[in-house]
Amino acid sequence: MVLTHTDHGLYCAAGDFFIDPWQPVARAVISHAHGDHARAGSAAYLCATPGESILRLRMGPEAHIETAAYGQTLRLNGVAVSFHPAGHILGSAQVRVAHDGEVWVVSGDYKTEPDPTCAPFESVAADTFITEATFGLPIYRWQPSAAVFDQINAWWRANQTAGRTSVLFAYALGKAQRILAGVDAAIGPIYVHGAVHRLNAAYRAAGVPLPHWRYAGDAPPDQDWSQALVIAPASTQGTPWLRRFGDVSAAFASGWMRVRGQRRRRSVDRGFVLSDHADWPGLLAVIAATGAGRVLVTHGYTAVLARYLRENGREAYELNAPYSGESLDEAANEGAPEAH
Amino acid sequence: MRAFADLYFALDATTRTNDKVAAMRAYFDATPPADAAWAVYFLSGRRPKRLLSALLLRRWAAELAAIPEWLQEEAYHAVGDSAETAALLLPEAARAGERPLHAWVEEAILPLREKDEAGQRATVLDAWAELDDPQRYVFNKLITGGFRVGVSQRLLMRALAEAAALPEAAIAHRLMGAWEPTPEFYATLVHPDELRGEDAGRPYPFFLAYPLETDPATLGDVADWQVEWKWDGIRAQLIRRDGQTFLWSRGEELVTERYPEVVEAATALPDCVLDGELLAWDFDANRPRPFARLQQRIGRKNLGRKLLAETPVVLLLYDLLEWAGEDWRERPLTERRAQLEAIVNAAASPWLPLSAVIAAPAWADLVSLREESRARGVEGFMLKRRASPYRVGRRRGDWWKWKIDPFSIDAVLIYAQRGSGRRASLYTDYTFALWDGEGDDRHLTPFAKAYSGLTDAEMREVDRFVRNNTEDRFGPVRSVRPELVMELAFESIQASNRHKSGVAVRFPRILRWRHDKRPEEADTMATLRAMIPDL
Ligand SMILES: [Zn+2]
Ligand SMILES: [Zn+2]
Repeated sequence: MVLTHTDHGLYCAAGDFFIDPWQPVARAVISHAHGDHARAGSAAYLCATPGESILRLRMGPEAHIETAAYGQTLRLNGVAVSFHPAGHILGSAQVRVAHDGEVWVVSGDYKTEPDPTCAPFESVAADTFITEATFGLPIYRWQPSAAVFDQINAWWRANQTAGRTSVLFAYALGKAQRILAGVDAAIGPIYVHGAVHRLNAAYRAAGVPLPHWRYAGDAPPDQDWSQALVIAPASTQGTPWLRRFGDVSAAFASGWMRVRGQRRRRSVDRGFVLSDHADWPGLLAVIAATGAGRVLVTHGYTAVLARYLRENGREAYELNAPYSGESLDEAANEGAPEAH
Repeated sequence: MRAFADLYFALDATTRTNDKVAAMRAYFDATPPADAAWAVYFLSGRRPKRLLSALLLRRWAAELAAIPEWLQEEAYHAVGDSAETAALLLPEAARAGERPLHAWVEEAILPLREKDEAGQRATVLDAWAELDDPQRYVFNKLITGGFRVGVSQRLLMRALAEAAALPEAAIAHRLMGAWEPTPEFYATLVHPDELRGEDAGRPYPFFLAYPLETDPATLGDVADWQVEWKWDGIRAQLIRRDGQTFLWSRGEELVTERYPEVVEAATALPDCVLDGELLAWDFDANRPRPFARLQQRIGRKNLGRKLLAETPVVLLLYDLLEWAGEDWRERPLTERRAQLEAIVNAAASPWLPLSAVIAAPAWADLVSLREESRARGVEGFMLKRRASPYRVGRRRGDWWKWKIDPFSIDAVLIYAQRGSGRRASLYTDYTFALWDGEGDDRHLTPFAKAYSGLTDAEMREVDRFVRNNTEDRFGPVRSVRPELVMELAFESIQASNRHKSGVAVRFPRILRWRHDKRPEEADTMATLRAMIPDL
């Protein structure tokens, strides 16, 4: 066993490090900076180079962070460790661990669709592949993101005509920047919440081209918002912070919006199906491409995906993260940092 | 059908009434009568009976998606709705069709009824091949009998009135009663000429009261209000026109044949339209019997002599809508009431009593009198502004129902089930139990299901509790450790041999979560049984 499942998370005994541990440890290898993968308190962190600034933003200035470029192999106590793009958010990586001729790949969160704010997913051959399954049900199939951005642009324009502020809820890390890069910025001014503002700056500093945005907190009190698109974390929904925008049309951008019940539960006017996770066909294609003889499934619809893989002739098991005390849909909220 | 599916999702997406009206108005403006008629039909809550089972639909979709049965079931559990699950599982449509709504309904959907399963399957698969996701959802909902739209009758009428440039009351009137969704119907519905011949039996829309949730003193001078008891029966409209009699219930159902004693008595009335309440009546005590007795008559078409003798029904009258062929709804209540009294007194039939007006010098007198409601077999008071017209639908301001507080009891949550629709991912449907028996035999007996009353946060907390404290599973139901105590409210209670507990309660709902009570401290079946009124 290259990696074992412990109460602190995935552990490599030979290399003496953890991957995405959920308790503080001596050495944490981090797939990406979302709150359910990167937790504060560990003595040393190792992440892919493009993710450093975001991880630093979340772990604090004192955190000890080392980095490695995508594809560069490090030796940790003789174990070969390398990062490979996961296409999920800026700096997100699959972690490849090779020891004694056996290769394990931990996917972290991933998507296969192109995203201008991060390096595209790269398939990595593995003996054992540990995959996420956030959207591990065949009802989850994504449209190409260009079609979704057409819908968002059309909604924004219609709101302008109706004199309503367009408020789009999205996870502050990753989704917000992908939306900023994807919408037609010529339609009108784009404002963001403070949490998004800080992360945008980190993205831009890392060299990701983003169109011009403004921090909503800097706007004068008599600001006319009716032509604006406001990008804010979902945690602001129903809070006084939104009051300044007057008459708004609220929307939520998430893979969960594929299901009508989820749209209604969020009580937003519109749901845009835009996810930073792989859809069902994406999961199956990635798993097949690894050529893995064994697949471990974590995060989301683990039992469903594992059973489906087994029935299709692959050795597959569930690898359960500790019970988070939240129901499935909330635990798997695409790693919203504001959920913590 | 694309335009209708777009309308459905536009209505589904917003809670703003103006946006809903605008969406419907735009649809009616752009839609030919043949489609508009069906849209009115569906938007007004009418729908074809279930044509095939939802499970069958999911199975066919799973077949096309090439996924196994268990995976289809998992998908259904996540979505909580069969029609939607099927739509989401299906592969992309092979071709884009542009068949209009009426063609889909008349040529594909309704003929499903005459087909065997193989024929139904062929029709459905053929439809799926040319419909996109939103249209498939609407199509699936229509054929499984589950089509519902979040618009009230009033909003639909407002949109039609705007589209037709007619007063809402005219549209409301034309929509009442029975009609077929034909292009001719739609043409007459929006026809500018108000003098077209109305059917003799066409009822008026009912005016419905709002619950009073504040101190009645905020309504101003008690002298401006007509006070009556709030009766616990079935709202009904009695129509006498050209010597014919029609009796409509509030569900807009023609129930003339179900209450022959009332219709017989009505032959003594001149031409008029009256509003009142059907009640099972105790002539000896001169008071209504509990609603449970009236229930024995509801839905019964074959009325035995014995049933008619044991459970007679009266129509207790409280308003006059039409007199001598003239619509009286705009006249003030005082004027309508005076004429109603004259009509009822002239008929002098025990089957057509008058709802008494309660004299109240001050609001305080009513507060004490209201305490007698339960003993009198009524639900509290109706407060009607004397100067008010008879309005359409549920409107705030002129009619208030001032109901007595519901029954309540502290019960233990013992089973939970996932909700449907927007609550499909949470355990939100609960079964509650009360303590029964003594000593070693003391056990919990389930007596009521309740779905509503908790906040979203509380619901998530219960959901967590259910997931962590499941003792057993039967299908979708989980039995949980009996630990949570909730106060339930309900409107009425009766003995029932169809329920395991021997008791049936009406409209149970959760009042609050009793964090302060341990399960042992919940109420007993004996306490509940003591609430049953003597019939
Ligand atoms: Zn995650
Ligand atoms: Zn993530």
